[in-house]
Amino acid sequence: MTIMDSLFKKAVRLIPDKAPDPLIGAERQVGRSLSRVDGPLKVTGQARFAAEVPFKNLVYAATKYSAIARGRIASIETEEAKQAPGVLLVMTHENAPRMPAPPLMMKDPKGASGSSLPVMQDASIHWNGEPVAVVVAETQEQADHAVSLVRVKYDAQPARTDFDRLKSEAHEPENVLGEPSRIAIGDAEAALAAAPVRIDNIYRTPRHNHAAMELHVITVAWQEGGIIVHDTTQMVHLTRSTLAEVFGLPEEHVRVLSPFVGGGFGNKGVWSHQVLATAASQVVGRPVRMVLSREGVFRATGGRTLTEQRVALGAKADGTLAALIHTGIAGMTDHNDCPEQFTFPARHLYAAESMLLRQEIVELDMVANTFMRAPGESVGTFALESAMDELAEALSLDPIELRGRLEPAKDPASGLTFSARHLLEAYRRGADRFGWDKRNRVPRAAIDGDWLIGQGVATATYPYFRMPGGSASIKLTAEGDAVVSMASHEMGMGTATVQAQTAAERLGLPVERVTFEYGDTALPHGTLAGGSSQSASIVAAVMAANDVLVKELLKLAGNDSPLAGLKPRDLEARDGGLFHREHPARGETYVSILKRANRSEVVCEAAAPQPMEMLKYSMHSYGAQFCEVRVNRITGEVRVSRFVGSFDTGRILNPKTAASQFRGGIIMGLGLALMEHTLFDSRSGRIMNPSLAEYHVPVHLDVPAIDVIWNDIPDPHSPLGLHGIGEIGITGVGAAVANAVYNATGRRIRDLPITLDKLL
Amino acid sequence: MKFTINDEVIDLTLDPRMSLLDLLRERLHLTGTKKGCDQGACGACTVLVDGERINSCLALAVQYEGCAITTIEGLGTAGDLHELQRAFIEHDGFQCGYCTPGQICSAVGMAGEIRRGVPSAVTGDLETDAIDLSHDELRERMSGNLCRCGAHNGIVQAIQETFAPKAKP
Repeated sequence: MTIMDSLFKKAVRLIPDKAPDPLIGAERQVGRSLSRVDGPLKVTGQARFAAEVPFKNLVYAATKYSAIARGRIASIETEEAKQAPGVLLVMTHENAPRMPAPPLMMKDPKGASGSSLPVMQDASIHWNGEPVAVVVAETQEQADHAVSLVRVKYDAQPARTDFDRLKSEAHEPENVLGEPSRIAIGDAEAALAAAPVRIDNIYRTPRHNHAAMELHVITVAWQEGGIIVHDTTQMVHLTRSTLAEVFGLPEEHVRVLSPFVGGGFGNKGVWSHQVLATAASQVVGRPVRMVLSREGVFRATGGRTLTEQRVALGAKADGTLAALIHTGIAGMTDHNDCPEQFTFPARHLYAAESMLLRQEIVELDMVANTFMRAPGESVGTFALESAMDELAEALSLDPIELRGRLEPAKDPASGLTFSARHLLEAYRRGADRFGWDKRNRVPRAAIDGDWLIGQGVATATYPYFRMPGGSASIKLTAEGDAVVSMASHEMGMGTATVQAQTAAERLGLPVERVTFEYGDTALPHGTLAGGSSQSASIVAAVMAANDVLVKELLKLAGNDSPLAGLKPRDLEARDGGLFHREHPARGETYVSILKRANRSEVVCEAAAPQPMEMLKYSMHSYGAQFCEVRVNRITGEVRVSRFVGSFDTGRILNPKTAASQFRGGIIMGLGLALMEHTLFDSRSGRIMNPSLAEYHVPVHLDVPAIDVIWNDIPDPHSPLGLHGIGEIGITGVGAAVANAVYNATGRRIRDLPITLDKLL
Repeated sequence: MKFTINDEVIDLTLDPRMSLLDLLRERLHLTGTKKGCDQGACGACTVLVDGERINSCLALAVQYEGCAITTIEGLGTAGDLHELQRAFIEHDGFQCGYCTPGQICSAVGMAGEIRRGVPSAVTGDLETDAIDLSHDELRERMSGNLCRCGAHNGIVQAIQETFAPKAKP
């Protein structure tokens, strides 16, 4: 950190707090369990995804992927493919349009690309699976056949594909998502060596694939010097700026629409396929649809990287920590910036007299890894929370009691005040719900026939984020309806439903009168759906737009209105209009204001203020994950029989959709714990299981009834008191399962996934 | 070739390589049936053929000439929902909605298998004709339909409420 950064951070803490959102406690619309507004469309198959947009003269693309991890294309034979029926174009590095490299996500403010490599611009190969040829044909069948006729010869070079061999070359990156890659407080190694109780182990987590059910797809057409892009993206504006830069277009000539995303989980930004499809469409002069095959999703879009982590805990007899060490290495490439921030949980969770938190990366030749649901926190909590369980065992302490003794007064790494932290309350409520007091602390003590039964618990944690740069508009009509717009995203989180609720609350309207528009760059500037930030980003922008709207309505109301002479601060929105806070009868409805002003509508737009709250406070969500497993003592098979997630995530906006978000995270966490593993051949750099038949995700029979509860205590420093909840659910689950497996079997598995071979 | 799709007779010429899924989506614009893997591993493309559930991505369209095919569009509409579609909304049995049509078609086909007494891997008594749609039986039979958002609990509740309201949870 530079001196300027440090001074800036200190100065920020001195800025007075903004007044809390006046609607923090409101419960007219917020807090109601509404069913999804897009439910009827989704259950009838009428929700139209990006692969389903019809175009006249539409043609189809198929892609060939490299079979080596590093080297050059020596020759590429395309004649036979070109002669195949229906083929319009065979595109390779030899004839692709010249295009600059796409701007990289998180590095370039306009970037959505998962990799900074130029796309199909020369003969060089950077990973096994890089696209080397695209065929465009009249039908998908013709394109699929023709691409099989493309023959490539390679000059292979030695590739960096063996993590175990290369990890000695690991180094600290410049920073980890803007945070220091190393935090050292005191001499943690010395304190560890001197501590009476020590835990010091290595934990390993493998590569994962997001495996969203919808394949990556773009339907793109060039129209009047610009492009219209129907893409399954969770960042429409960043996708627009990325494609604008690659194709040398003004941003306003690129329109990106993404009304429904069939699962994203961090993976649906820009990869090479959007660039290739758009270039191919330009060349053939027709709209192109490119749907990646499931194999293509594994080869050409990134997943979560692998990590090797060390957690060392030095404790005193009372359990308090003399030393907390969390270090490790993640695989990355030299063309992306996603170091998998697995040390972040340890930066905020526990009081310790000394700390050493350090992340390193090792560059590999592989498809650029990327952000996947709770990047860092998901696998970091596996290591840290397994180690905490090991420490509790070594101290003969209940693991919940241990966490109580380690609760910090301030953020241990930054020294900031917590904005809202009720982790121990989540533990208390979760323990009650789960029946934690009935657990037998002795491992391998609970047996039911061939099944060993065990329970485990772990902490969940994920930061609060609100993204800068979002704007929203509110349109009020003469009929008293509102349309609220922001180019945000619905990947299943419930955005369309929940944001209609929050806007209805803000406007004092029934939710049926409010529509939330999103997923289109023609709307006010949206922020990405990532980092569990979207709800806070939207609510803050709508709040800003509403402030402008109220002023505009006061002007329109004029001197003949009961509102004459009142200031915005005197007013509250309710019953379809604005009313005096202290004289409830004094006010006027929106319909009446617009009618007198002879207006058919009023539209106001504003940008959200900068997210200063994130600089002033340590803002995080928390949870306690309770798991019961049954482990077959003959086969080693693990079945999850019970699960309770107890969360501390600020205000919950819609219990029905929120419960689904929590459960969804937990279930992906069960996959992480027990089965998910992208198998990477360390000799060839080839992903060996690029299909949903071989990359296992939890299926119905793997998923028990999952109980989720929440504190529902608002954060006084966030819009509506909310925290985003898309990612917290997956955190802590890996450790909760591993700790339960230990309790059931006496076997401590530190290497995910916990497959049956590890328990035999 | 003639197909009966959602009670409508359709007559068209097609590429013999075309899957039933691509026929529905690309030729007939019945895009409610989804492509999730195109290799029979995810169930998103499930449709009913003469009442039985199949993965339409693994089916060549030409094999189904003359068959009665029902897709999600044939089960109900937004204004006139099938009982199971209504239950999916009520129990929040989906998030992104991409696996949803396949889950619903699959569950309708599964209910037929239960009525016909077709056993599964978890059926205790292989001789019985009266299979109870228990929690395990239901989850086993729906395990070919993947959901990545993690809506499993809501899906199971919706199916149970619709087809086995008296079964134990």
